Amino acid sequence: MTETILDIRDLAIAYRVAQGEMRAVDGASLAVPAGTITGLVGESGCGKTTLARALTRVMPGNARLAGGQALFAGRDLMTLPEAEMNRLRWREIAFVPQSAMNSLDPVYRVGTQLREVLVGRGGMDRRRARARAEELFGMVGIEPRRLGDYPHQFSGGMRQRVAIALALALGPRLVIADEPVTALDVIVQRQILDQLLELQKGLGLSVILVTHDISVVAYVCDRVAVMYAGQVVEAGDVRTVLTRPAHPYTMGLCNAFPHLDGARGVLTPIEGAPPDLLAPPPGCRFAPRCPFAVDACRRQAPPVQAIGGTHLAACHRIAEAEALRARAARVETWAAMAETVA
Amino acid sequence: MPEAMDASPGAAAGGLAGRLWRGLRLPLGDPLAVFGLMIYVLFILTAVFADQLATHDPTEILYTPDYDLAADRRPGEDGYILGTTSLGRDIWSQLVYGSRSALLIGLTAAVMVALIGTLVGLVAGYFGGWVDAVLMRLADIAFGIPFLPFVIVLSAFLEPSIWNVVLAMALVLWRDTGRVIRSQVLSLRTRAYVEAARVCGSSDLKIVFRHIAPNILPLSFLYGSIAIGWAILTEASISFLGFGDPDTISWGTMLQDAYASQALSTRAFHWFVPPGLCIILVVVAGFLVSRGYEEILFPKLKE
Amino acid sequence: MSGPRAGVPLIEAEDVAMHFRVGSALSALVGGRPALVRAVDGVSLTLMRGESVGLLGESGCGKTTMGRLLLRLLRPSAGRIRFDGEDIAALSGAGLRRFRARAQMIFQNPFEALNPRFTIAAALAEPLENAGIPRAEWAGRIERAMELVRLPDPGQFLARRPHQLSGGQLQRVVMARALLLDPDFVVADEPVSMLDVSVRAGVLNVFREVRARLGLTAIYISHDLALVRYVCERTVVMYLGRVVEDGPTEAMIEDPLHPYTRALVAAVPTPDPDQSHAPLPIGRGAPDARNPPSGCRFRDRCPLAHDRCAAEAPRPTRIGARTVYCHLHG
Repeated sequence: MTETILDIRDLAIAYRVAQGEMRAVDGASLAVPAGTITGLVGESGCGKTTLARALTRVMPGNARLAGGQALFAGRDLMTLPEAEMNRLRWREIAFVPQSAMNSLDPVYRVGTQLREVLVGRGGMDRRRARARAEELFGMVGIEPRRLGDYPHQFSGGMRQRVAIALALALGPRLVIADEPVTALDVIVQRQILDQLLELQKGLGLSVILVTHDISVVAYVCDRVAVMYAGQVVEAGDVRTVLTRPAHPYTMGLCNAFPHLDGARGVLTPIEGAPPDLLAPPPGCRFAPRCPFAVDACRRQAPPVQAIGGTHLAACHRIAEAEALRARAARVETWAAMAETVA
Repeated sequence: MPEAMDASPGAAAGGLAGRLWRGLRLPLGDPLAVFGLMIYVLFILTAVFADQLATHDPTEILYTPDYDLAADRRPGEDGYILGTTSLGRDIWSQLVYGSRSALLIGLTAAVMVALIGTLVGLVAGYFGGWVDAVLMRLADIAFGIPFLPFVIVLSAFLEPSIWNVVLAMALVLWRDTGRVIRSQVLSLRTRAYVEAARVCGSSDLKIVFRHIAPNILPLSFLYGSIAIGWAILTEASISFLGFGDPDTISWGTMLQDAYASQALSTRAFHWFVPPGLCIILVVVAGFLVSRGYEEILFPKLKE
Repeated sequence: MSGPRAGVPLIEAEDVAMHFRVGSALSALVGGRPALVRAVDGVSLTLMRGESVGLLGESGCGKTTMGRLLLRLLRPSAGRIRFDGEDIAALSGAGLRRFRARAQMIFQNPFEALNPRFTIAAALAEPLENAGIPRAEWAGRIERAMELVRLPDPGQFLARRPHQLSGGQLQRVVMARALLLDPDFVVADEPVSMLDVSVRAGVLNVFREVRARLGLTAIYISHDLALVRYVCERTVVMYLGRVVEDGPTEAMIEDPLHPYTRALVAAVPTPDPDQSHAPLPIGRGAPDARNPPSGCRFRDRCPLAHDRCAAEAPRPTRIGARTVYCHLHG
């Protein structure tokens, strides 16, 4: 087995809000093997973005660490002194935001912004910075002459390429990308993902890719962790998780997408909505929407169990996964939940 | 479902006053704004009950029982609360009646500025095109007019009256309100729910008044409350410069009177400090209230 | 293609164009003529009664503008749109109100499509009030529409405001509102792109079901062919303001005729971990509506472009039930 570059153990991040304290991430565990792309997939509000941001320790003022660790090369990112953390940012851990417009200052040329990172953070002299900036643009597939352009002169896809170049500027080992292709059209999305794959293979990067889209995970990721209501409910290598899901939520997600191949059957929505994190249900958090929930699910939170190899899932009925998968493929199974959750 | 139907727009339209009140959204969360509102209330009460509060007719020249002119009395002397002027008029009574003209000017100017500016902004922003172009060029012209000289020229053409100030403000000061509201409407107009209202057959008038205007009302009130202070200050300046209406008692004419009678050199502070203080108080109150509205409109300012 | 009057066109758009002037009057004065964006540039499209058509393309291809033109939310710079035989540009007064009742829209962002100040009941009452429906009928109509979009127990929603509903519920309310006046025609502009994955399927199912049940003529705007396939029998692919291919969805997926359609089909995301990673048959870069290439608009990204593509714009070629605008087929 390969070395683990990032080991997240039982991490909890809480937001102070008017109504109390909300645990956006509540006991999430995840191991990221070096040199792979790990997908972090879930719906909005499941805590995936909070988790990703927490790893860079750039969090909103009302957020706090409520427990757990995130070990990067043996050191806990959560308790590292700010000065040390600052040394890790860009050089070891880089971030690609969802909207590249947020990471680019509209009044400066992109080349200036790129060189600022290279000189200010990387300590390069101006000539080396210029050469590196051109090299980076070449790497992400943009003509170097466009370094003189302003952010608004780039299309959405090009801007995302610039954001990737910016993240790779100082040769980080771990890149955290938060929904890097969400706002893009299918064609551009695919081209950016191809670029990301090429760079990851070429540079041996470790990538955490946050997304709500299982197709994106299927296309680029080696491993995947499925999050629901602040917790990782299933993790494993992509092929296993997507073809033999063990958690009913993952089963539901896989059936909720329209495909191009196969018959134009009926999609199966997961009825209901994720729980209110201010008052999460006791027991399994997915139980209120789960067609397979039994009494134990509503009483006691299921532990994360290994199924085989690196495949993990948190479900009380893990032993029956095979049978549940067959039932989950049927529309009636989920439709029956419509009345229960309403 | 009859109770739910009460919430229909038809039912809501019946309570126009209620909707206006909700649109008003008094800034009661901010202690300073509440303080400003209290000053307003105090002055409004004074103006309303001026007849009861004043001890004398403010324009009457007062005599002692010996038929001497009761001039230059100090506060408290012979029962004159704030003393008298050098012509023997009661300063307290002038101050009390002065609140009437101040509030009259302030409030009418505020209403005019807010009303005209809001209408212009709504029409220009919503309809765009040549209507917008014409209105905004007019606003540009209004922006080019120096305000105080304009009021003086206007007073010279018309006869001196406190209404000149109101007229001048109505003619010129709608520009700021109109511009700001127009830009706000431009962004509201593109909201999906405005388009949704068009798709479901709502007329332009209905869209403007039901979906857009409620969102910009606090902005109108913000500019209205700024206009109150402006109007009072302008009236005081005009009167002080001697272009005011000599027959109307206002804080400005009081100041002018005191200045012309060299109250400063005779150290008659009781004469010019009270009207000066009143002007400052009303203007500051306007500022505090408008600040409160700003915080409603732009909650991020608080941080 | 059901309904009593199938085979009768409901919407006929003829050579429709929408040009937007960008840049201010001032910049025009200083820098010469203002840029002209040809968002829609000569689109002809006929929709039969009861037909559901996907309008497919990347952002900037003009699909949303086309949808808004068909609803008369914009007036075309050129061309004509007929709805049930009537030129919609000429409508006004009562005629326009009747059109508004018959042609509806489902918006992309349900969180913005309802006025946050109004309760759901007030939002639903607005179209009824505009159409002059007697007040006594309101409650019944609302209840029926809420049932159609499968919002169980509608009573619990009516007194709430939009922010108290989830995205899936809001989009159903938006759909219910569109259905209140028994429309003939609905334009849905990427109605699930803002929704969470788990509720998307529910909204798509409702759309498909309602459309079939009421025999609605519908346009579904999207950039994702898999979504379009789920709800539409016919697809029209647009690129830079023009139609490039038009035909039955299934045939298009099996054998895309236009090189751009080929790229779109290949780019559809699928949750299959063993899918092909072959590079897309399309050049990089984004279409620029301000400076479209001469001739065929797709030629600068087309892997099969030849001299003729730069020289002349391709004419429509009919191949069976399909129409393609490409020199490879003409």
